[in-house]
Amino acid sequence: MAAKAVGPVRRKFAPWNDPSAKPFIEFRNVTKRFGDFTAIDRLSLVIYEREFFALLGPSGCGKTTLMRMVAGFEEPTEGHVFLDGEDLVGVPPYRRPVNMMFQSYALFPHMTVAGNIAFGLKQDRMPKAEIERRVEEMLALVQLTKFAHRKPHQLSGGQRQRVALARSLAKKPKVLLLDEPLAALDKKLREETQFELTDLQQKLGLTFLIVTHDQEEAMTVADRIAVMDHGRIVQIATPAEIYEQPNSRYVADFIGDINLLEGHIASVKDGVVRFESVATGTPIEVVQELDASPGDHAWFAIRPEKVSIALARPGEPLPPNSVEGEVWDIGYLGDVSIYHVRLPSGAILKSTIANATRLVERPITWDDKVWLTWARDSGVVLTK
Amino acid sequence: MTAAAPTAGTGSESKARRGFSLRWLVVAVPYLWLTAFFLVPFLIVIKISLSQRAVARPPYVPVIDLSAGIEALIAAIQQFSFDNYIWLTQNPLYLRAYGSSLWIAGISTLLVLLVGYPIAYGMARAPRRWQPTLVMLVILPFWTSFLIRVYAWVGILKREGLLNQFLMSLGVIGEPLTILNTNWAVYIGIVYSYLPFMVLPLYAALEKMDQTLLEAAADLGSPPFRSFWQITFPLSLPGVVAGCFLVFIPATGEFVIPDLLGGSNTLMIGRTLWSEFFSNRNWPIASAVAVVLLLLLVVPIVLFQNRAEKEQGAIGKAPVP
Amino acid sequence: MIARTSWFNVTSVTLGLAFLYLPIVLLVVYSFNESRLVTVWAGFSTKWYVSLFQNRSLLDAAWVTLRVAFVSATIATVLGTLAAIALVRHGRFRGRALFSGMIYAPLVMPDVITGLSMLLFFIAVGLDRGFWTITLAHITFSMCFVAIVVQARLVTFDMSLEEAALDLGAPPLKAFLLITLPIVMPAVVAGWMLAFTLSLDDLVIASFTTGPGATTLPMKIYSSVRLGVTPEINAACTILIGIVTAGVIAASIFTKRREIERRRAERLAAQQA
Repeated sequence: MAAKAVGPVRRKFAPWNDPSAKPFIEFRNVTKRFGDFTAIDRLSLVIYEREFFALLGPSGCGKTTLMRMVAGFEEPTEGHVFLDGEDLVGVPPYRRPVNMMFQSYALFPHMTVAGNIAFGLKQDRMPKAEIERRVEEMLALVQLTKFAHRKPHQLSGGQRQRVALARSLAKKPKVLLLDEPLAALDKKLREETQFELTDLQQKLGLTFLIVTHDQEEAMTVADRIAVMDHGRIVQIATPAEIYEQPNSRYVADFIGDINLLEGHIASVKDGVVRFESVATGTPIEVVQELDASPGDHAWFAIRPEKVSIALARPGEPLPPNSVEGEVWDIGYLGDVSIYHVRLPSGAILKSTIANATRLVERPITWDDKVWLTWARDSGVVLTK
Repeated sequence: MTAAAPTAGTGSESKARRGFSLRWLVVAVPYLWLTAFFLVPFLIVIKISLSQRAVARPPYVPVIDLSAGIEALIAAIQQFSFDNYIWLTQNPLYLRAYGSSLWIAGISTLLVLLVGYPIAYGMARAPRRWQPTLVMLVILPFWTSFLIRVYAWVGILKREGLLNQFLMSLGVIGEPLTILNTNWAVYIGIVYSYLPFMVLPLYAALEKMDQTLLEAAADLGSPPFRSFWQITFPLSLPGVVAGCFLVFIPATGEFVIPDLLGGSNTLMIGRTLWSEFFSNRNWPIASAVAVVLLLLLVVPIVLFQNRAEKEQGAIGKAPVP
Repeated sequence: MIARTSWFNVTSVTLGLAFLYLPIVLLVVYSFNESRLVTVWAGFSTKWYVSLFQNRSLLDAAWVTLRVAFVSATIATVLGTLAAIALVRHGRFRGRALFSGMIYAPLVMPDVITGLSMLLFFIAVGLDRGFWTITLAHITFSMCFVAIVVQARLVTFDMSLEEAALDLGAPPLKAFLLITLPIVMPAVVAGWMLAFTLSLDDLVIASFTTGPGATTLPMKIYSSVRLGVTPEINAACTILIGIVTAGVIAASIFTKRREIERRRAERLAAQQA
C-alpha cells in the first residue's frame, strides 16, 4: 500500500509515522472467545497518546468487546492489553486509570448531576473541598453549571449526554472510552457535539477511543480509524487514507458511496496499472503502486464524486478512463445530484455532481446519452 | 457480584480470592438456610413416616440419636418400615381423600379459571389509566386476613344466611338452599380465596398482548368470537397455565376452607392430615400422608418450577460481543 | 390502540370486584351491629370495639402476631434478596437446580406439609416451640416470595449502571450498595410487605409450630370461629382493614404526587433543552 501522504492533514499530529513514538494502548495478539464463538481473533493494535482513535464496523464485528477489554469489563482469552506500558490483564475496572462514557449514559437516577460527577472522585477518597472544586470545573467544561442540583430525569437527552461526559472526565483518566456516544442524538445536535468532542479532546490533551458504526462520525472526529470485520482489523489509517485509499472492497464499500467494477489486471508497469473490465469495455488506467500480476482478478473502485459526466464525447481517439452510457436515474439531494448511468454492458455507474448553480433545469436529464470520465489518480484497484 | 466475566487463568490471585468469598457468601447464606429449614425437615418427615407410633415423647419410635454411635444408627434404620404406607394404600378412606382432594382442587381450578378469565380480560381492555387502580383493587383483599374472609362466607352461605335471605326475598326460591357444609361451599371458598392468583397472571399475559393482532384479524374478516379463540386465548395460555399451577397445587392440600365451609363428607387430605396429627396424635401416619401428598404433587411442582425459571430468564445473560 | 370497553367487560370487572369485596363489606357492617347475630341487623353500635380493647387474650395474640410478622418479614427480606442476587447474577453455579427448586417449591407447597415438616424438624433438633419457631418457619417460606419479587426487578435492572460505578472506581460491593440497591429498593420494600402479610395471615403453619405463650391472632380467630364468634373479631378485622386501606391509599397518593412532579420536571427540562 502506498505510504505517500494523501490529502491535506488537519494538524501535524502523526505519531504513527514516528518510529520513536511509544505505544500508549497496545493490544498484543488478543483473542476473545465466548464459548464456541470467537469475537476477536489474534488482533494486534497500537494506539498513541493524545490520539482520537475510532473503532468502526457493523454490529457484531467485535469493536465493543475490544473497548470493554480496555475498560476491564472483558478479559482477553489469549493475549495482552497494555496501557502506558502496564499489563492490564487481571486488573479490575475499578483500578484502571480508564473511564468510559456509556451509550445509554448510565447516569445514576437517584443522584443529582453534581452527585453523579462527584461519585468517581469520592471513590478515590478525595478531600471534600477538592471534590467540589473539580465538580464545578467539570460543570463549567460542559456548560451545565446551573443544572448541578437537577436529577437525570429532569434533563433533556443532550444535557444528560453532557453530564455523562463530565462524569467520565472528572477523574482525568489516561484514556476516555466512548461507546457510540452520539447514537441517541438528532442530526443537528450530533454535528455540534462532534466538534465539541474534538475540541475538548485537544484542549485536555487526552487519548480518546471511540466505538461507532456511523462512518460519518468516525471520519469527522478521528485521527485514525480502524475498520473492523468479524473480530479482525481490516484497515487502520487516517480518515483521508481510508476514504481515498481503501485496501479492500469491504472498506471501500463501508465508508461512503463507491462504484465497484469487477475485472482483471492487464498490466502493472512504472507505477501505472492497466485494468480491464467487462462492465466498461473501454480500458482503465490507474496511477498506483500495486503488488499484483497481469491476469489477476481484481476490482476497480472509484468514488461517484470523482466521476465527471458530460454530453460531449471526450475526444478522438477515445482516451482511457472514459465510457458511454445512458442516464438511468437521477437522485436530487439538494446540494448534489447523483446520476445513475447505465452502461452498454448493463452495469450502473454513479456520478455525483454538486449543484453549483441554482438552475432548476439541468442540461442532463433522464435517458440522455452521456460520457463518464475520470482522472488517472482518482480511483484505486483492489485485489481483495 | 463482579460485572466482569473472568475467564480461567487470567485473574490475579487476590482479586479472585476476594471476589470469590463475597460471591460465595451471597449464595451460601440462603442456600444453607433453605437446606436446613426446608430440605432437612422433609427428610425428617420421610424418616418419621417410616417409623412407628409410640406412647412416648416424642410419639414415635425409633428415635435417632446421632451421638449414640454408628451401631445404634444402623439398628434404628433397621427398624424403619413401609408399614404406614401399606396401611395407607389399603385404607379406602385415605385413597378416597386423595382422590377427592385432587378432584375438588381440579374442579375449583376450572371454576377459578372460568370466573377469573372474564375479570382479567375486562381489566386488560380497560382504559390504560384505570388499570393500575384495578390491579390494586384485586390485590387489596389479599392484604386483609384470609381466615376472616373465608369465615365471612359462613355467614353468607348458611341456611339463615344472607344469600338465602336475598334469594328468598326475590322469590327465586321457596326453601333455603343448603350450601354450607357441602362441597359447593368449598368450591365457592376456593374460588374466592384463590381468585387473585388466577386473575393476576392472566391479566399480565393479556395486557402484554399486542392489540394490533386483533385489528389485523378483524381486517381480514374474522368475527370477534373467532378472533378470541384463535388469537387472544392461545396467546394468553402462559397466563392460564401459571394461574392453574398457582391454584391447583396449594388447593389440593387446603385445610382452612374445607374445615370452615365443608361438611363431614367433604374429604380433603389437608383436613385428614391435620386431624391425624392433632386429634389422633399419630405422627408417623400423618407423615406418610404428607409424603404421599407430596409425591402426588411433585410432577406439577417440578413443571411449575421449570416454567417459572424459564419465564424469568434468570439463568445469566448471553454475552454481547 | 382502541380498547373496546364493551358492556361485557365492564360487567365482568364490576361483578368480579363485587364478589371479592362482598364478604369484606359484610364484616365491616356487622362489626357495628348491636346484635351478635350475623344475620340480624339490630342497630348501630360500637360496643364491640370497646370490648375488643378489653379482650386481653385477643390483644395479646395481636401483639404476638405483629412481632412475629415484623421480625420474620425483615429477616426474610434479607435472605430473599440474597437469594435473588444469587439466582440472577451468579449464572450456572453448581447446585443451582436444587437451589432454585428450593426457592420455587414453597410458593405452591400446601401449608400443611410445610407446617408438619417444620414442627418435626424442631422436635428432632430439640428446639423449644414458641415465638422463635413460628418466626423461623415464617422466614423460611416468606423468603421465597421475597426472592421472586426481587428477582423480577433485578432481571430488568440496567447492568450498565453498575458497570459505570465500577468504571468510576467503586469495588463490586460498594457499587451494589450505593447504586443497585437504592434503585431496586421499591421491589425490596414490596417483598417486605408481602412477607409481612403472609406472616400476618398464616394459620396452618403457626398452628403446627406454635408453643406456649405464642398464640397468634389467626389461631385465636380460628378457635373462636369453631366455638361461635363474637363480633369483636369483626371489629378487629375492620380495624385491620382500615389500617391496610389507609396505608394503600397513602402510598398511592404519594406515588401519584411523585409521578406528577416527575412529569412536570421532564416537561420543564425538555423546554429548556
